[in-house]
Amino acid sequence: MTDKVMTDKKVTNIVVAGLGGQGVLTATDIVADVAVSAGLDVKKSELHGMSQRGGSVSSDVRFGTQVFSPMVPEGEADYLVVISADQVSVNAAVLRKDGVLIEPATVDEKKLRNKRSINVALLGALSRHLPFSDEQWTAAIKHNLPEAIHDVNVEAFQLGKSA
Amino acid sequence: MLFLSGDEAVATAAFDAKVNLGTGYPGTPSTEILEYFEQLGGHAQWAPNEKVALEVGVGVAYAGARAIVTMKHVGLNVAADPLFTAAYTPVEGALVVISADDPGMASSQNEQDNRRYAVAAGVPMLEPADSQEAYDFLLRAIEISERWRIPVLYRLTTRVCHSKTLVKQGQVPVPAPRQGNYVRHVAERVMVPAYARPAHHRLRANLKEIAAWNETSDLNKVIEGSKKLGIITSGISYQHVREAAPDASVLKIGLTHPLPVDLMRKFAASVERCVVVEEGDPYLVEGARAAGIAVEEKLEQYRFGELNVNRMRRILTRDASPEEKPAPGKPPALCPGCGHRVAFQALSNLKAIVSGDIGCYALGVMPPFDAVDTILCMGASFGVGLGLRHSLPPEQAKRVVGVIGDSTFMHSGLTGLAEMIYNPPPTGYVMLVLDNGITAMTGFQEHPGTGRNLDHVKTNKIVIEDVVRAMGVKNVHVLDHTADPKAFEQLLGEAMEKTELTVIIARRTCLLATRFIKEWDKCEVG
Ligand SMILES: Cc1ncc(C[n+]2csc(CCOP(=O)(O)OP(=O)(O)O)c2C)c(N)n1
Ligand code: SF4
Repeated sequence: MTDKVMTDKKVTNIVVAGLGGQGVLTATDIVADVAVSAGLDVKKSELHGMSQRGGSVSSDVRFGTQVFSPMVPEGEADYLVVISADQVSVNAAVLRKDGVLIEPATVDEKKLRNKRSINVALLGALSRHLPFSDEQWTAAIKHNLPEAIHDVNVEAFQLGKSA
Repeated sequence: MLFLSGDEAVATAAFDAKVNLGTGYPGTPSTEILEYFEQLGGHAQWAPNEKVALEVGVGVAYAGARAIVTMKHVGLNVAADPLFTAAYTPVEGALVVISADDPGMASSQNEQDNRRYAVAAGVPMLEPADSQEAYDFLLRAIEISERWRIPVLYRLTTRVCHSKTLVKQGQVPVPAPRQGNYVRHVAERVMVPAYARPAHHRLRANLKEIAAWNETSDLNKVIEGSKKLGIITSGISYQHVREAAPDASVLKIGLTHPLPVDLMRKFAASVERCVVVEEGDPYLVEGARAAGIAVEEKLEQYRFGELNVNRMRRILTRDASPEEKPAPGKPPALCPGCGHRVAFQALSNLKAIVSGDIGCYALGVMPPFDAVDTILCMGASFGVGLGLRHSLPPEQAKRVVGVIGDSTFMHSGLTGLAEMIYNPPPTGYVMLVLDNGITAMTGFQEHPGTGRNLDHVKTNKIVIEDVVRAMGVKNVHVLDHTADPKAFEQLLGEAMEKTELTVIIARRTCLLATRFIKEWDKCEVG
């Protein structure tokens, strides 16, 4: 399952996109955390400001042996995770030709105990392509979310992973 | 090893260096610096505006202690007056003025390049390129400020502020802590002409010394690569360069004012082609050329907006073809149920000519309201509206209404209010204060009108209507405009018909902040 990540100098590029309030930034915080815990060089970039007002939000995570720019260049994302279906076309150009698109429909929303954990569920789907352990993911999820919603989100992650 | 945003890294360094006071005014992308500094246990305060913040910082540094003063780029326009003369007055402690620029205008009204301020005011300037440098360079900025007794401009940009990268503490020595102790230096600090004249000479001599020191400073570094292509750069552009041109030789300048021109000259001479790449204005280009160094500059089209790896590749190949515009995303809008909506609906119904201001309510310009006619800078709702009223025919003038938020009112509305009372237009004026009890736009910061400090603990509260009345406005109305939108619209309509000065304070707590505010107030009681 682990794609050619992290052999040699290759940098893995992930973009998460959605709308303000959907947990885009939390999602990239979690991915970045996992990569940090794996001892990699990691950079995460995001634009906030007006994002709370429901507008488009996207955030980039890059990891590898050495990362320079914090932003994923257009056409070079290995993975594009989109939380809101209407944001696919807006962000499509960032994905490389044979890159992997993870759309919200990947996960059966009805099976989610809390619909708001769709962001973490989609990370579950993403995790199948990345060389990190369940323990690393779970720790990162817990590190970035309040305790009251740990279980719901770990569950959502597993749901996404098996989707 | 920490994983921090540039803002968090700056705050962490300030905390490690035991900076005595952090002050500033919120503004994306700088806001998190003081918030994080406070979370770490530092003493942080929001000032009513950037000018006051800088003045407080100057006082801290005169007292022999350390201050950081934070703001977004346009904040430095507000704080420019104290900055220029503070450069003349030697500090006892450290004063680091942090300006977060926003190339590309992710959330700003312009993309001014504040590196120009370092030259204009004559202060040294540092430009970190990631969170590690944001941490290390702040310690160095303190050292430079104390060694040369000069304020230092710390120039960040959006991508440095808001990108997270790894940070290792302990790579740079942490300067020993300082405590306030008064030493009188009248000739250094009283800037009357007799003292200011020698002060200017002192400043220029000081800068000369810093320039000489900068030639060999480890704040600048050279990456030895191919001799075919050499690139001079600074800040975040460095990161894009290393990725776009991995084989090139690179001179990365960390202390970008005063420039290390001999180092630049030597570097340029060592390569076949020397290109300067920088976001925004041709600041390094002009610096190089003024020193007689032949360098290639980016095409004008790359002066606009942020740079990134792809644009860097285009710059280096001198690609002048038009760039594809990114697909338009969903624009931000006022939250559903936001009180500002009711206000803009009324303004739209009344066909008001709205002299707007900056805050969430700037979104009143969007459909379905289309209800804002001008937005310039914070506080301008007063002045611009008054100017319109002075010069439009009466039937149009009467339609002019100013709209301002509570935080913006505290920031720079008070002097506009004085103007309105002092020079009332013949048709009067109507100001609508949208008081949602918080600085919402930048992420819910306190201000002097909330009655809570940066750490959300209770303090003295300035009541807007009390100030407005005390300053002499007779028609002052305070209401929750969302309780009865029709009645509110009628009140506003009547005020527009009068030829008097009217201030309507429409008070409704920001929907998104209600929850936090409850908690903060509860803490106070508990
Ligand atoms: C000189 C300057 N400083 C800071 C900012 C950033 N900024 C934009 S609007 C705003 C305040 C908004 O608060 P308020 O007026 O209360 O309106 P609200 O967003 O709460 O509706 C701030 C701090 C700016 N644009 N200009
Ligand atoms: S954050 Fe508050 S003030 Fe801003 S649009 Fe939302 S409800 Fe309105």
